Amino acid sequence: MQIEGEVRIPSGCAISGIMNKKGKAVPGEYIIRSISVMHERSNGLGGGFAAYGIYPEYRDYYALHLFFDSIASKKDTEHFINRHFDVSDAGKIPTRKVPSIKNAPLIWRYFVKPKAARLDQSELDEEEYVVQCVMSVNKKIKGAYVFSSGKNMGTFKGVGYPEDIGDFYRLDEYRGYIWTAHGRFPTNTPGWWGGAHPFSLLDCSIVHNGELSSYQTNRRYLEELGYSCTLQTDTEVITYLLDLLLRKHRLPLDIACSIIAPPFFKDIERMGSNESALYKTLRIIYGKGLMNGPFSIIAAWNNGIMALNDRIKLRSLVAATKDDMLFIASEEAAIRTVCPQPEHIWAPRGSEPVIGRLETGETGFGTVDVKEDKAC
Amino acid sequence: MLSFLQPEFLIQRDKDRCNSCGLCVKQCSFEVHQHDKVKGTVLSDETKCICCHRCVTMCPTRALSVRKNTLAFRRNSNWTVKAVREIYKQAETGGILLSGMGNPEDYPIYWDRIVINASQVTNPPIDPLREPMELKTFLGRKPERVDIDANGNLQVKLPPQLELEAPILFSAMSFGSISFNACKALAMAAAQLGIYYNAGEGGLHKDLYNYSRNTIAQVASGRFGINIEYLNACSAVEIKMGQGAKPGIGGHLPGEKVNEEISKTRMIPVGSDALSPAPHHDIYSIEDLKQLIYLLRETTGYAKPIAVKVAAVNNISSIASGIVRAGADIIVIDGFRGGTGAAPTRIRDNVGIPIEMAVASVDTRLKNEGIRSQVSIIASGSMRNSADIIKAIALGADAVYIATGALIALGCHVCQKCYTGKCSWGIATQNPDLVKRLNPDIGSKRLINLITAWINEIKEFLGGMGINSIDSLRGNRDMLRGIGLNQKELDILGIKAAGE
Repeated sequence: MQIEGEVRIPSGCAISGIMNKKGKAVPGEYIIRSISVMHERSNGLGGGFAAYGIYPEYRDYYALHLFFDSIASKKDTEHFINRHFDVSDAGKIPTRKVPSIKNAPLIWRYFVKPKAARLDQSELDEEEYVVQCVMSVNKKIKGAYVFSSGKNMGTFKGVGYPEDIGDFYRLDEYRGYIWTAHGRFPTNTPGWWGGAHPFSLLDCSIVHNGELSSYQTNRRYLEELGYSCTLQTDTEVITYLLDLLLRKHRLPLDIACSIIAPPFFKDIERMGSNESALYKTLRIIYGKGLMNGPFSIIAAWNNGIMALNDRIKLRSLVAATKDDMLFIASEEAAIRTVCPQPEHIWAPRGSEPVIGRLETGETGFGTVDVKEDKAC
Repeated sequence: MLSFLQPEFLIQRDKDRCNSCGLCVKQCSFEVHQHDKVKGTVLSDETKCICCHRCVTMCPTRALSVRKNTLAFRRNSNWTVKAVREIYKQAETGGILLSGMGNPEDYPIYWDRIVINASQVTNPPIDPLREPMELKTFLGRKPERVDIDANGNLQVKLPPQLELEAPILFSAMSFGSISFNACKALAMAAAQLGIYYNAGEGGLHKDLYNYSRNTIAQVASGRFGINIEYLNACSAVEIKMGQGAKPGIGGHLPGEKVNEEISKTRMIPVGSDALSPAPHHDIYSIEDLKQLIYLLRETTGYAKPIAVKVAAVNNISSIASGIVRAGADIIVIDGFRGGTGAAPTRIRDNVGIPIEMAVASVDTRLKNEGIRSQVSIIASGSMRNSADIIKAIALGADAVYIATGALIALGCHVCQKCYTGKCSWGIATQNPDLVKRLNPDIGSKRLINLITAWINEIKEFLGGMGINSIDSLRGNRDMLRGIGLNQKELDILGIKAAGE
């Protein structure tokens, strides 16, 4: 059987996201409950979570989460990590035994900073240095896979239903101000933990429901610009595309969204001259970054969250707000289970992004007042 | 000298239907049909028939038909009838064999061994009748990124772009190789369709300047008809280095075709041969090409995209890479099936490589060098229908050129006798009596119909693939699968085998 990366596997999915705009921490059980409502949208072949603000004591360190197939690949990787980084702390990611979760790889995390001398030598900025190291491990070390690499955040994923994966990783014990979750319905059995979602790079994590019909066009465009797409998944391509637009090209988030899901030319023609010139130019330059086919995505960073639908909304996506909380999910029920009475609830239009920005620099401290078992 | 050549075709005249009206005599520009004044009937000299169907189409009583002459030769897989006849011809004339149109030989047509994907279950097909479907295409050099300042204003100067309503252009056919009316039909259709046509290497007739916004000027090795007014009137300039039908060979417009109008347009004396040298004599290497590109940029005030057209030959991917680095905005790759008004038959039938391979390998090479997105690629050399276009774009082209297909829409019957100047359909001729057979208004209507039909088919293909913008098809080789191709061919095309 070929694993993800050797073969392209289309999937359907469930996604959910929760954010507290004031940066207050929310326990992991809410996101687990939200995604578990959409049990029918996944088939037990992949589930995962991204959590922000979970490592406040290591907030200045890159938290590398790794899967290892064997002790040998762990040894090779640690050798690599020690050469490139100063490691502040490391250890097994705590898990608990869950009957339905089988064949787990070795799962470790390392809190690291780039070695100053190495970083200087590389002539890269710090983030690019980390990205290159992550790609290097994933490409070159057999049986090792870095699946999370941001600061004060972490991705937790595996093969199983998302609620079981959450239980397995003991996410009820973590608190974060942003949570995203993913339940996967792949069309064949990858059986590989690295293939589960979210996919993340630095602090950017993506959960995605859909199948990009533009996959190969997007991928070739990214490869031309130096990215290597090892997983053959849509989510990987979306993550790299956002990385390109936001980190490398320093574009505002709303502009990046209008590259990924651009307005139609018929609408551009009706805009004012400045606006129309802007969107036309973006399309001319970034036409190969347009993502086609059905998708709903939730992207998260340390400073916020963004949800987006394809141009003609071929996947369901619902958003809601109450007080400082923002909820986004594939289905309304997934929101109402943790927030029965939202102030606003709406279905965003195709290519209309929902953006939640963190309103404070302080994150991960203080907790949301929990009323009974509801987030708000 | 006794000719050993027997007629290739036989004319069948139904005596019951023929009323000896003599229309066929007037219509046949090859003088096949003659009145028999004694008998009062019409006779046919079949040795002259080139199978253009003009008489068949025009005969008011449908009395005429043309059949292949099935005269038997002893069976021989090596010395085929064609091989024998060609030797007879050369033995009788001592000449290089000439042909018109593109390579007709029995090489693999990769288009026909590639199939296209469609959405099932995991993502939905899109109905182009109900949802927007975008074919708008921009050709020209693209900067790698935009900069947006704090006020949300664009901080990038976009190089000049050609904006097309569909990824299709009419390829270079000069006034000279084709008639004024054919040029006008192409120009009118391009203007109405929101696409472009290429004026070819013979300059632009004064009466076609109305359409110059939809015209691409061509600068070829003969530099015929090039002046500053022409270059600045057109929307882009194409440097023609080569042509798929005859890579490494120049052009030859015989003096007999150079009448008053062509003389003015080409800026050469009436009756003089217009000879385009094989190379540009100011371009013997890639650095010289760069100089010509920048000369044309200076001339046109950096306001027009500059394209470079080359024939698909062995090292096409390195050549294309060099062309990008020499500063071209658009590369045109012309495959070995590409058409022509006249080419030496041996060259046409044996030199060059298929466009399918060429466009795939160029796209991959430029991608690997990190320069693919900077330029546009136009594929040409026999796009026979909308499926060929879909496949070309999925293999990596930004747009396609069509020429033979457009001429067929105008009435061309692919008889391959363009070089005789006797085109009975008024296309590849300068004979005023023949030219007026082609009405530019009707011709442009036929072209518009053809391209509109293809556009609708392209939208259906895209919708089926779950794509609503042609941007998302570019280089999207996942959408293609090969049938009956070996692994090497699949690798070069960058596609998987059907079922994989």
